[in-house]
Amino acid sequence: MNKETIYQLQNVTKRYGHRQVLNIESLEVFQGEILGVVGPSGAGKSTLLRIFNFLEQPTSGLIKFQRERYEPGREMPLKVRRKVTTVFQRPMLLDRNVFDNVEYGLRLQGRRNGNQRVQRSLEQVGLSEFARQRACTLSGGEAQRVALARAMVLQPQVLLLDEPTANLDPHNVGLIEEIIKTLNHEQSVTLVLVTHNVFQARRLADRVVFILEGQVVEVAQVDQFFEAPQDARTKAFVNGEMVY
Amino acid sequence: MFSDFTEIVILSLQVSGIALLFSTLIGVPVGAIIGLTRFFGRRLVAAILYTGMGFPPVVIGLFVYILLSRSGPLGALTFPFIPDLFTPGAMILAQTIISFPLVAGFTMAAVMGVNPNLRTQMLSLGATKRQAALTVLTEARLGVIVAIAAGFGSIISEVGAVMLVGGNIEGRTRVLTTAIVLETRKGNFDLALLLGVVLLLLTFFANLIMLRLQGTVFDE
Repeated sequence: MNKETIYQLQNVTKRYGHRQVLNIESLEVFQGEILGVVGPSGAGKSTLLRIFNFLEQPTSGLIKFQRERYEPGREMPLKVRRKVTTVFQRPMLLDRNVFDNVEYGLRLQGRRNGNQRVQRSLEQVGLSEFARQRACTLSGGEAQRVALARAMVLQPQVLLLDEPTANLDPHNVGLIEEIIKTLNHEQSVTLVLVTHNVFQARRLADRVVFILEGQVVEVAQVDQFFEAPQDARTKAFVNGEMVY
Repeated sequence: MFSDFTEIVILSLQVSGIALLFSTLIGVPVGAIIGLTRFFGRRLVAAILYTGMGFPPVVIGLFVYILLSRSGPLGALTFPFIPDLFTPGAMILAQTIISFPLVAGFTMAAVMGVNPNLRTQMLSLGATKRQAALTVLTEARLGVIVAIAAGFGSIISEVGAVMLVGGNIEGRTRVLTTAIVLETRKGNFDLALLLGVVLLLLTFFANLIMLRLQGTVFDE
């Protein structure tokens, strides 16, 4: 695997008022990998993802993204911000048809003549025949696949996935996992996958990081993480025990 | 008679149309900004807007009258954009002030009704803050059109303010509502009723156009 670092976090904290939700001493994401982020609800996983997408600034610390520095008080340039996109747990689609929803990001970025790319993205998620259907008529699984298509059409360098299969049936979970694998293997997209589902992390991730109360407890290669975890709390989490 | 009638209808549409254009151009962005941004005193600004929505037009007419009268703060000034009393310009100013809080207030409510996650997700797709705000405004278009329709309804049918600042001068500032009042006082009920029907039809067709702008939502 290419070990070039794409994100490097140093002493990153995030506070909302008096509440500290993130306190990460050190964490790296490598180019072309799938990093699984697991942990219980409220651990700070989604906040981490928002910082990765430059939607929120850290309260303190430094994030290096490629050669750019992202730190408190600094907005990331739009050109850099557009290298990263997120698929959220609950996709908000526009009150338009599927094609327009997928094309919208291209329009926002001023990219023209994206028809073929939109068609290709829809094919990749198996929704070509839904192109002219209104987004509000889609099922949860279809809507999530549209959200994936509208992110993929932008050809981001980093794709962040925030619980992309939560509340979906096994068929849609399978479809989305296949798309994620294809994106990573064929297009070398770096993926950060936040999930509650340790089995999904095991199926998809190259490395896994366990976050608890905003702190990194353990980060390791997927096999080591599940078969020989170093920390007792990781072991308990992997075994499905309650971890506080 | 017919030419007078046509003149009244045209002036009514001109005055209310231009006033609506101004209140839309100012009110929609103001409503969107209040709805989308967090700032100190936001709740107070919203409360002032809501109060403005229920402000009696005749009081606004009185306020504009005092403002533009010769001894008023603006009366002595001779800037081209400050209208004189008893002119269509003064009526447009009064009607703009009447409809502005409705357009801004309903727009604010419409924008606040859109799930805030939509804006975050648009930013995540590479939108600038302005593009994300415009997307939210587009998604709130149903409510924004209602805001504009409410603004139009409040001024096309309004009589107190235009009577005060326009003076109901024949051939200059007489509009449908002031003409109805005049003809009723003169006992010309047939003509007053006819003017009333025309006013209703104008309002109806204006709202039909706005419904058309709302898109296909009523076809679903």
